[in-house]
Order: sequence, then C-alpha cells, then structure tokens
Amino acid sequence: MHAVMKPATRVFVPGDSSANAIGAAETAAALAQAGAKVVRTGSRGLYWLEPLVEIERDGRRIGYGPVAAEDVPALLAAMQNGTAEHSLCVGDLDRMLADQGQQRWALGRSGVVVPADWEDYVAHGGTDGLRKALGMTPQDILKAVRESGLRGRGGAGFPTGVKWQTVHEADNSPKYVVCNADEGDSGTFADRMLLEGDPLCLLEGMAIAALAVGAERGYIYLRSEYPDARRSLEMALVAARANGMLGDAILGSAQAFDIEIRVGAGAYICGEETSLLESLEGKRGEVRYKPPLPAVRGFLGKPTVMNNVITLATVPAIFVQGAPAHHALGINRSRGTLTVQLCGNIKRPGLYELPFGVTLGHVIDELGGGSASGRPVRAVQVGGPLGAYLPPERFDTPLGYEEFADVKAIIGHGGVVVFDDSVDMAAQARFAMEFCAIESCGKCTPCRVGSVRAQEVIDRITADDNREANIELLRELCETMIQGSLCAHGGMAPFPVLSALNHFPEDFEPRTAAA
Amino acid sequence: MEPMSDMSGIDDICERHARRDAPLLPILHEVQDRFGYISDAAIRRIAEALNLTRAEVFGVVSFYHDFRDRPARRRRLRVCRAEACQAVGGREVWAAAEALAAEPDSPFEVQAVYCLGNCACAPSVQLDGRTLGRFTPERVSRLAAAKVGRSCTP
Repeated sequence: MHAVMKPATRVFVPGDSSANAIGAAETAAALAQAGAKVVRTGSRGLYWLEPLVEIERDGRRIGYGPVAAEDVPALLAAMQNGTAEHSLCVGDLDRMLADQGQQRWALGRSGVVVPADWEDYVAHGGTDGLRKALGMTPQDILKAVRESGLRGRGGAGFPTGVKWQTVHEADNSPKYVVCNADEGDSGTFADRMLLEGDPLCLLEGMAIAALAVGAERGYIYLRSEYPDARRSLEMALVAARANGMLGDAILGSAQAFDIEIRVGAGAYICGEETSLLESLEGKRGEVRYKPPLPAVRGFLGKPTVMNNVITLATVPAIFVQGAPAHHALGINRSRGTLTVQLCGNIKRPGLYELPFGVTLGHVIDELGGGSASGRPVRAVQVGGPLGAYLPPERFDTPLGYEEFADVKAIIGHGGVVVFDDSVDMAAQARFAMEFCAIESCGKCTPCRVGSVRAQEVIDRITADDNREANIELLRELCETMIQGSLCAHGGMAPFPVLSALNHFPEDFEPRTAAA
Repeated sequence: MEPMSDMSGIDDICERHARRDAPLLPILHEVQDRFGYISDAAIRRIAEALNLTRAEVFGVVSFYHDFRDRPARRRRLRVCRAEACQAVGGREVWAAAEALAAEPDSPFEVQAVYCLGNCACAPSVQLDGRTLGRFTPERVSRLAAAKVGRSCTP
C-alpha cells in the first residue's frame, strides 16, 4: 500500500526551470498523487540537491534532496512513521545558507515564496523597501543608493547611484528604466533564478528607480532562452498592477509607472547595453558609440537607467536594511554581496550570494567541495565567456572588482566555471574566439575580423606551424582587439585567450602523438 | 502551424502592434510563432505596414539567431555548446546531436545555443522548447532510437 500524507501537510517543490530540467515536475506530481498539498516555489539555488523538497512540520520547513519521483513513496513512509529521519534529509535550509556564509539581499525570497503571489510577497517583506522610498525625496533616494556602494552586477560594476543621478539630472524627457535581463554569459543563472523565483522583487526595484529619476515607463529586455522567466514575469506584472504597485500611481503616490516585457531573439551581444537599446528599438543589435551614455541618450534618445536584474533586485533590500548595512559588507570598493554562480566540474554547483571579499578558493573548495570528477581542479573561468581563466595559484584572490582586475581577471556577472585537469586550454582559448566571432555584431573590425583571424592563428600554433612567431602574433592581435574594439565583446574576448597563454603555456606546446 | 499563404494574418499582427514603441521585434516573434518562419513575402508585408524598407526588415531578421527564413523540421533539439556545459561533457553531447541530425530523414533539427541558464545542472539541451539537464550522449542516442512523437522525452 502506498503511503499517503496528511492532507494539511504543505510540501514545497521548486518550479524553477533548472529544477524541472532534472525532474522536479515529476517529483511534484508524485507528491501530489500521494495527497500532499504541493506548493511550487522558485529555487533556493542549492542545485546539487535538486529536486529539493521541503516538508512543513510544526511551522518549520525541513529539506530533503535530491528527491526523484521514485524516492517519494519511501520518503512519505518515513514521514508517516512520525520521524523526519531520512537519508535524504538535509535539515533547515535557512540554516544551511547561513552556515555557508550566504547573505541574501537579492535572492532572499527565491525558493521561499510562491513566485508572483502578491500576498506571499508582502508577507515576506515585499514592498517594504518601496514604501520606505515613497516617503523620501528623489534626492534622498539617490543619496541612499550612492551611500550603499551598490555597483552594477551585470559585469561593468559602475556605481548605480551615479548612473541614476545622471538620469535624474538630465534635462530631457520622458525618462526610462530599462532592465537588462539578457543574461547570456555561460555559467550564469542568477537573473533567471530571481525572475522565476521572485519576479515581484525586480518590479519593486524598478519602481524605486522610477521614483528616483522620474520615469513613467520601464522595459524588461528578456532573453528568449528563458520562456519560464517570461511566464513568471507576466504573472508578476498582473499581480503588481492589480495591487497598485504599477499603474497610474505607484502604491497611491503621485507617480505613475508601468513596465513592458520585450523578448530578445537569440543574440549574445544584446546583453551589451547599447546593443540592447538598438534591439529594444526594433533594430539590428549593433553597438552604439559611447558617449553619449544611455543615461543621457538611451532608449529612443531619451535619458535611460539601464541596470541588470540583480542590481535592481538588490535595491529594495537596501531600503529595508539601510544603506549603511549594505555598505558594511564587502571589501574596498566592492560593497554588498555578489551572487556567485558556481558550476562546471564541481561537486556542489549552485547560487551562493556572498559578501565581497571571500576568496575564490573558499568558493571552490569549501563551498563547492572541489571537482565533481574527483580529479584536481586545473582552471576556473570567472565572469563568463569574456572572463579570464585562473589557475589554482590565483585562488587566494578575494572576490572584488578591483581585486580581480589586479590579476588581469574580471568578476563579471559572477559566473564561476570549474574545469578539472582533463581540460585542453588551447581548445578553450580557441573557443573563446569562435564564440566571439559567432556573436560579434560586426560593427567594428577588430572584433569582427580579429576573432576569425585569432582562431586561424591558434590553429597554426597547435599544429606547431611557426609556433613562436604565431604566439607573438596572437598576443599582438589580442592587444589590437582590446584597444580597438568598440565594446567589451571584442575588447574582452582576448582575456580568456591571454590568460590561457599566460597560465597554461604548456597546452600550446607541440603535442606528442601519444597525447 | 498555419500556412503562410494568406497574408491577412500578417496584416492582423502588424495592426495589433502598430501603436507600440518600436514594434518590429514583437511582430517578428509573433509571425514566427504563428507560421513557423518568416518568409520573403512576410518581410515585404511587414515593411509596408511599418513604413520601413525591405532591407531594414531583412537586416533585422537575419541578425538574430532565433528568426528563420524557412520551416523547421518536426522536432527541434538545441544543444548548449558554452563553457559551463563543456566542463562536464557538453562537447560529447553536441557531437552526438550532430550525428542525430545527419541521419537520413532525421526529424530532428539540431541547433547550437550558447547558454540556457541551466549551468548548475549541465550539460543542457532544449528539446521542443523544454530544457533538460545532465544530458548525455546516450540520451541523445535514445532519442534517435525512439523516433516518436513530441510527448516522449529520453
């Protein structure tokens, strides 16, 4: 006979697309069939435990994972016997996150609340930040954002308060708030997790930005690869309008603000802000010359706040907890938290929202548990496909914008991809240029032509054709791309290549037949 | 999918989006969702409706990887070729998928994609719009053996 749950017991199962990609929907169906009241949430970001089931007992949530659909009968039988003991039990997840040193500013509600459910959102502190901001003047809002030390989490790390101030002061209207949800970097999924798990938080952050700069219209430019995030955002927009957070008056204030979703069409370059603006205007996603900055001349030539999802989603918490509390976290000029997205060949892949200053090695060894294959970790690419590869000798680098720049690397959007010793760094270098060529918008020559030539030169190096001279040529070509490209796509694609050459020169040596 | 012989459907889509700011991308998405691809005739019609040149519309269609100028095969397999998947066997999944598409009369259209945001559960593929994680070459082979309808996932 199958175990059947007490009908009142609530069971939380992520509806997050990554959790569903490894069976969470089937697990949820099996639980529902057994009579459980299944609640679909977003993900906590503990992906090695997905499908991660949380069962409510005496008002507390106890985690179990990974729970495949086949595991459900045995799990329920154990519950039936009145014991929470089970080999898959991982305990209280809030405690696990705290033990990992996580401080959730942006992603505190993801995996906890029902996405886009207004009452659940408000019950978990949603709108508190916005309500606080509504009692402040635009100048005071700007001051708070400046003093928090918040910098753009999309990768460039530009101070958010300064950007908003520029838009606020711009003598031109209308003004726009545009959210960059074109999360294209390999190894990153923080935006997706937030959009699927707590979409109202993004809308709240955008509303605060609108108050600060005096914008009445916002856009979310979402990549087409995220259909689940689109559905969740659409539901959030409905809930936010029905409850007055968006519309003619933000929560009864004098300011109108509404948001529209625009879906991209599969172009990595549209994550670059000026290319995104072109795309939003219905054109080819070719980058613009800067200046003028989007803050001065952005969407349709008007002053535009452009921020990444995580930047905007961090803003409400800054108003709840206060700018000084945010500024108190981190090191040097990197304040607050970084949503580290740990993946690749790693035992415990997932999202770790950590204060800046934690070392890369701590993330990989302590939190990630080392490689999944059990072989030595050899290289780590941080910051997406334009980020440098770092060897273990650099694992003592603390997470921070300037700290990473000092070792010729980037933090980017916080993606950390781990490779074990089976990696071929010449192949990775070649791929960086292949990707650069595929996704180049074609506007500037160093990027469009340089990336193709670089692949040819790397092929000659690995074929041991005039190797020394070609390595020198590759370095010169990289320098030309860095100096001469219009945007970061061509300007940073050389980073992975040069880091591979510098840290792993042996992979560019002639191969013996045996290898 | 509706056949694209009748252009009134295109006019209807253009009409509905006409008053939005910069409506071209939403229009192209809807045309493709409804008809499966964006034909030359559709480009001509959209250009007329928006008062753009055909070159401008064609330039946009051809810029973005998502838009297609001919109908797709019956089933669509997108395989992530980016670094996070490479680190855990993504290259092997891609090779198997290419072989699958190359089989005679294969119903599968295989496309490279660079990140599906499923990096923590890699390697990733998207089969008929559904993201699947921890994919393997063996699961690709099972797809080939099954040659069945849309409901089947390996």
